Amino acid sequence: MGSIASVLAQRIALGLLLLFLVSLLIFVGTILLPGDVAQQILGQSATPEALANLREELGVNRPPVERYLDWLGGLLTGDLGTALTSGQDINEAIGRRLANTLFLAFWAAIIAVPLAIFLGLLAVRYRDRWPDKSISATTLTTISMPEFVIGYILMFILGVKLNWFSPTAVGYRPDADLLTRLDSIAIPILVLTLVVLAHMMRMTRAAILNVMQSAYIETAELKGLTRFAVISRHAFPNSISPVINVIMLNLAYLVVGVVVVEVVFVYPGMGQYLVDHVTKRDIPVVQACGMIFATIYIGLNLIADLVSILANPRLRHPR
Amino acid sequence: MFVRIPFAAIIGICFTLSFFLIALFAPLIAPYGYDEVVSNGFWEPATSEFLLGTDGIGRDLLSRMIYGLRTTIWIATLATILSFTTGSVLGFLAAVMGGWIDQALSRFVDLLMSIPSLIFALVILSITPITILILILVMGLLDATRVYRLARAVAVDINVMDYVEAAKLRGENRWWIIFREILPNALSPLVAEMGLRFIFAVLFISTLSFLGLGIQPPQADLGGIVKENAEGLTYGIGAALYPAITIAILAISVNLVADWILSRTTSLKGGRG
Repeated sequence: MGSIASVLAQRIALGLLLLFLVSLLIFVGTILLPGDVAQQILGQSATPEALANLREELGVNRPPVERYLDWLGGLLTGDLGTALTSGQDINEAIGRRLANTLFLAFWAAIIAVPLAIFLGLLAVRYRDRWPDKSISATTLTTISMPEFVIGYILMFILGVKLNWFSPTAVGYRPDADLLTRLDSIAIPILVLTLVVLAHMMRMTRAAILNVMQSAYIETAELKGLTRFAVISRHAFPNSISPVINVIMLNLAYLVVGVVVVEVVFVYPGMGQYLVDHVTKRDIPVVQACGMIFATIYIGLNLIADLVSILANPRLRHPR
Repeated sequence: MFVRIPFAAIIGICFTLSFFLIALFAPLIAPYGYDEVVSNGFWEPATSEFLLGTDGIGRDLLSRMIYGLRTTIWIATLATILSFTTGSVLGFLAAVMGGWIDQALSRFVDLLMSIPSLIFALVILSITPITILILILVMGLLDATRVYRLARAVAVDINVMDYVEAAKLRGENRWWIIFREILPNALSPLVAEMGLRFIFAVLFISTLSFLGLGIQPPQADLGGIVKENAEGLTYGIGAALYPAITIAILAISVNLVADWILSRTTSLKGGRG
């Protein structure tokens, strides 16, 4: 047992190291790029005083290492700084929006995960027949569409023409009752579901097919086990790990989909906040949001990693 | 040798070809200029004069979309070329050199791939001026990471083949080995991957423009045209759907072609997604 714990600890440490490097990358990416940052933010017509003030505020005159350590220290103690454009506290703004984003992603995941596993199993069960073929055709189509295209098509049909749900999430209030909240984000949930469903189904299908084609399943079938016993004793335990892996990777993918979908439906979440402030060139906000998105993404990938190690004894002993 | 081409691939090839031809001859095909205001009304329905109607400020939607398609394809092609040359040259180099160069490059690529491309692109675009050159550089270099992984994986396999050993013993230098021994043998999986990278570039630039961080008006690519007309959707005007669906059809057709090429080179599976 000791070896598992140490392998897990090692992975977690690697994840933390990765996060540290990512923070460095995000910081360096917004600092060392060519051009005068202050000039970029204020435009060509800025007065010299305004430029000097902004440079002071950005701390451009201080050495980069010192600024990075300040910023990192702030991150670690949970202080994300203040927004340049509005002077607002970033923690406060993000706290509210992060909750909204997680609410949206949570409901999309609740629908997408069981559906994807079910359809993936269906595709395996009827392999190369029409259910499998139509599932892979749909998959190909949704993979080829950017999130905003699916978003607008569904918004137009379901929201505007049929008027089943509210077309945008403008009216979303976090303190309204659950049903009202769900109505205003019904179409965004559907869009996100479609976006991750395709990937998840494809990967679930591949993962389970991989297990079903292995030699031990054939052995189990040949020694006369019932179909149920083959699946419950041999196929199921071996496919948990790849399937959980698939789920985690797609939840990570959801994090990116959320950015675009929030902009399409004017939903007050993290994604919209990030895009808004990229346009306004509000660097502290962009850094903070970028770091949070990256942390969630890396965290989910790390969980996928840990689960596969726990479920697959062969991975417990690294080469 | 006669190859039977599956029906889906034929459709894909036809559509892809016509999209590229339209993009190439856009000024000859488009009835009006891309930012020429041709009408006083806005979001007028389709007529024989304006085949898809007009956009929010009275420009011919069809003409604007034809030029938009040209911009999208042009940028996506350049980004794909950039990601391919950088990704495959570095990938081959890492495979041939091995040692610390391989380690450094591979770990750096791991790091870049640990953040979603869109988020990283947004972080960079918050500070750089948004020009076409910078968009191509950002997209091309972020995407080069995936090409790098594939190229390196393929080249590592080829690098231990007898003919490469023979070339090394002959005393050929590294560039000979990369370009004359490895490249010809790695070409088919890389070509299949190229289609997927192109689609990714199309979706990426469309998304960036849609978010207002890509091509800046009055110029527009397909994603930008969706953004311009999106407001009309809530009033029941479907103008934004035409460019949106065009993006989808473009991506699906290239995908059909790429899938077909991929299924013909199944011996080496490329990293998808």
